[in-house]
This record gives sequence, C-alpha cells and structure tokens, in this order.
Amino acid sequence: MTGQARTDMGVAAGLVLLAIGAYAMPTWVLSVAAVALAKGLVAIGLLLLLRAGLVPFGHAMYFCIGGYATGIAAQFGGVRDIFLLLAIAACSAGVIALAAGFLLRRYRGIFFAMLSMALSMILYGILLKSQSLGSSDGFSVPRPTIFGLSMAGASAVSIIYLVIAVSLAAVMLIASRYLKTTLGHIGPAVRLNELRIEYLGYAAERLIHLEYVASGLLGGLAGGLVALFIGQIDPGMGFWTTSGEFVFIAILAGTGGVWGAVAAAFILEIVHAVAFNFAPQYWKFVLGSTLLVLILRFPGGLSSIRWGRRAGQADA
Amino acid sequence: MWTSLIIVIDGVTYGAWLFLVALGLTLIFGVMKILNIAHGNFYAAGAYVAATAMGYWFANHEPSYLAFVIQLVTAVVTGVLLGVLLEVTIVRRLRGRDEVSVALATFALLLMMDDAMQFIWGAAAYPAPAPYGLLGTSKIAGLRFNNYEFALVGLAILVGGAVCWLLMGTRTGRSLKALIYDREMAAAMGVPVDALYLVIFTLGAVLAALGGAFTAPMIQVAPGLGAEIIVLIFAVIVIGGMGSILGAAVGALLVGLARSATIHLYPFAEVYIVYVVMALVLAFRPEGLFPPAKIRKI
Repeated sequence: MTGQARTDMGVAAGLVLLAIGAYAMPTWVLSVAAVALAKGLVAIGLLLLLRAGLVPFGHAMYFCIGGYATGIAAQFGGVRDIFLLLAIAACSAGVIALAAGFLLRRYRGIFFAMLSMALSMILYGILLKSQSLGSSDGFSVPRPTIFGLSMAGASAVSIIYLVIAVSLAAVMLIASRYLKTTLGHIGPAVRLNELRIEYLGYAAERLIHLEYVASGLLGGLAGGLVALFIGQIDPGMGFWTTSGEFVFIAILAGTGGVWGAVAAAFILEIVHAVAFNFAPQYWKFVLGSTLLVLILRFPGGLSSIRWGRRAGQADA
Repeated sequence: MWTSLIIVIDGVTYGAWLFLVALGLTLIFGVMKILNIAHGNFYAAGAYVAATAMGYWFANHEPSYLAFVIQLVTAVVTGVLLGVLLEVTIVRRLRGRDEVSVALATFALLLMMDDAMQFIWGAAAYPAPAPYGLLGTSKIAGLRFNNYEFALVGLAILVGGAVCWLLMGTRTGRSLKALIYDREMAAAMGVPVDALYLVIFTLGAVLAALGGAFTAPMIQVAPGLGAEIIVLIFAVIVIGGMGSILGAAVGALLVGLARSATIHLYPFAEVYIVYVVMALVLAFRPEGLFPPAKIRKI
C-alpha cells in the first residue's frame, strides 16, 4: 500500500470513528471535539506556512473574519444555509488574505510574525469599538439550516459537528496530496535556502502568497464553523492570544504532516477542557505547564514521533 | 496649541514608560535571540510586588520619599529572583532550539505566570498611589502636570544611558558583542557564555520589573496587565529594529506620541493605532528603523 493510500484509509477510518462518536459522546465531549477539529483546520493551514519557515502570528484575524462574516450574513443578511454561510466565511477570509498577502509575502522571520500580528490587532481594535457589531460582547449567530431543513437543540449540535468532521477530512485529503506535489516540496526548500530556489526558477514570493491565501481560507472556514457551532462571536476570536494558540498547535504538531496538526489540536483542547473542569481558576497554569513539557520533551513536534516507521520520513 | 502641548507631554511620558520595559526585551532578544513573550509578566510582577510592599508600609506611615527606595528595591529583588529562576530552570534548556520554539516556550511561561500571579494576588486591583503626589505638580502654559511623570522620563533616560554604558564602555559589554557575533568563537576565547546569558536575562527581567514598579502608582495593577503591555512592547521593538537600544527609544517615543495624539484627537482608534504605526513603518522599512547589521547568507 502506498503512503497516500494509507493516509486516505486513515482519514476515512477516522471520519467513521468521529461519525460514530457523534452519537456516542456526551455533549460536552462533543463540543470539545468540534472545537478541536476546527482548530485542526487552522493548524493545517499554518502547517503550509511553517514548512516555508514562516510563523503567522496573526491567523486569529482570519478565524475572526470567518466568524464575523458568518455572523453578519446570518444575523443581518438573512442567509441561513450552512454551506452558503461557510462559503461566505472562507471566501471573505480568502479575499482579505489575498490583499494582505501582497504586503506580507515580502517579509520573513520575526517580521512576518509581527506584521501579521499587527494586522490582526488592528481588526481586533476596530471590532472592539464597533457598537453596531456588539463591541466587546459580540453578537449571537442564529442556527443555520442544512439542505433547507432547520436544526434545533442537540441534533443541531451533532449535525454541525459532523459538518466540521467532514470538512476536516476533506481538507486533510487535499492537503496531504498537495504536500506531495512539486509545489508542496518547494515550501521546505524556501526555508532552507530561498535564494537557491529563486535561481532554480521558482518564485518563492508567489508560493508564499498562494499558501498564505490557502491558510487564510482555512482559517476563515474554521472561524465560520466555530461561530455556527457555538452560536456566538466576539472580538476575542481575533486577539493575539488566539493566534498564539494556533501557532502553538502548529508547532506542537511539527511540520511532518497533517496528522500531527489534528492530534495537537486535540491534545490542546483536551488539556484545556480537563484543566477547566477540575481547576477552573488555574487552567492556564495546567495548559502552560503541559505545553512547556511537550516543547522540552519533543523538539521535533508530535509528527516526529513515529511508531514502527523510519524517523525523518516527511510524508503525510 | 494647548492640545499639541498636552499630546507631546503625554506622548513623551508614555514613551518613557514603554522604553523602560522595551529595553529589557530588546536586550534579551539582541543577545540571546529569544523573543520573550513572558516579558510582560515580569513587568506585571514588578508592579504587583511594589504595589503590595507600598501598601503594607504606607498603611501606617505618612507618604515619604521612602516610596522610591521601596520601588527600586522590590523591582531589583523581583527581577533577579524571576530572571535567575527562569533562566536556570527553563531558558537554559532551550538553547540551540529554533527561535519559534523558544518564543512558544515563553508563551507557555506567560500562561503559567498569569495564573500564578492571580493565585498570589487575586483578581482585585491593587492601587498604589503613595509616591504619585510626592513630587508635586508644575504648571506649563497654564496647564497642570504631575512631576512624577517627568521623573519617569528622567528615570528612563538614566536607565537607558546606564545600559548603553554597560554595553559600549565595559569589558562585559565587549564580551557580549563577541558573544552576539559568534558564540562558539567567543566561548573558545574564554568568554563565560553561560554566565553572560544569565546576567543578560536577569538584567532584562530587572528592567521590566523596574518599569512595573515605577508605573504602578499611575495605573490600576490588575490581572491582564502583562498580556496588555507585551504586544505594545513588541510593536515598539519591531518599529525600532529588533535588538537595537536606540531603536527601542525611538520606537517608544513614536508609539507614545501616536497613542497620545489619537487619544486626544480620535479616541476611536486608540486600541489599534500602535499597530497601524507598526504596519506603516514595516511597509517602508521591512526590518524596522535601526536594524542591526547582519551577515548575508547565500
């Protein structure tokens, strides 16, 4: 069996497990899982940029844009169809990412990180002061419909959860294929030596721009999904600590492949939920110490841990 | 006319405050290549310890110049304790790892310190007004200003000058420069790398705590102080060029003036003006205003 087929089988099996889980899991586990899966989507987007050595410390911006675009379309625009709402979320984030990309693609290292943070904090500041959008409280997002049918209560929660799971599975399949293409292999090469990539005739900036837009789209999609799942949005979605969390997930995952991203998102959310449950006052302490131990113990990220396979193999 | 005077004075005092904190961050980054996200918490710790100590003392005593001694001593003690503790237990273990992992480890420290401080000091705000009124006020063009804020500007200039002298004029400073350019060669020549890293990290922590202790009387010392200031300080050192002390000073002044101008003219933009300035500076100077010289790699 080839590596790609193995990944496909794995994703399919994971999806089946998640679908069964929708009916087996208690609601609080379901909401932890749903948010973890959505953050996994963002982490896959960040993976693309991290492979090229770029750390986007402002992806909360796209998460936030996705959430607000969904909320505005649903609350003020009267759009109810879940797929249309998600398309609006992803596209608006993608368009902004395309525009911001023209500026950001020239930057590397710490300046890329800081400039993307600056952009996301500008959005946060504007939202915080926009009274028509609820200022610091945000506003609620009405329940969407699926194929024209309305959803309510517990079944709505599991349906949106399934939509998140299917989106993630689809993105995993696409991303794991992309990483094997020539373009996908140029990312790490840009990190190692950008000048040589230019000599070989590839436009590094255009690759970065492309991957930036893709990760923005994924961030927007995730923001839309979370907004619909939770039914509430606020400017906190765009604060720099949210970006920090995303980067944390992506670093924890390592740049090996798509599985690490999902696993890391789950670990973060589970630690978050357990800590919040048992020590609501000190969940940040538990989270911080867990993450510190993980960073100190696993320098290559989670995807560097392989069971029964050669180390250093960089497939999906 | 009056508005512009107020803007300039407010901006300069705010800039002095930012510079005190940013100096430590840019120093740690310049020497150790660590973007210390927990730096804002060093600042907050300094503010909390100073506010608590002054609260105890001035509960039974008249306000006196002793307040400044308390601020200075608590800041140095807090900074040294935190700096040494964290450098020896955590930062040292991360040497040789990539910048991003190290920055994220300090983000984990931020989360832990946030809760640790909330455990110690609770969620309530700590006012520490004692020293604020000590120096009296002065009148400029018919407007009243508190002299404490001018003293803060003096302190920032003094501290900035002292750090510059340490780096340019002493043997330690020259060892540091060697260390920045080539760690292995410096170590081979007998520069005590571990000790110097410890000193720099601790010095950075002391500077942050100093900023906290001396601004505590002007603000509400409450949870969230660290996360709030750290992004501002990032903006300051990015605008100035990471690792440059002159850059930190100019960046702090620029941010201070921009912020006070918006507060007085267009308060809607107060939250994000700093980032607009930063984005504009980076758009024209991609590595900040005073980027340190770098070896070009092919």
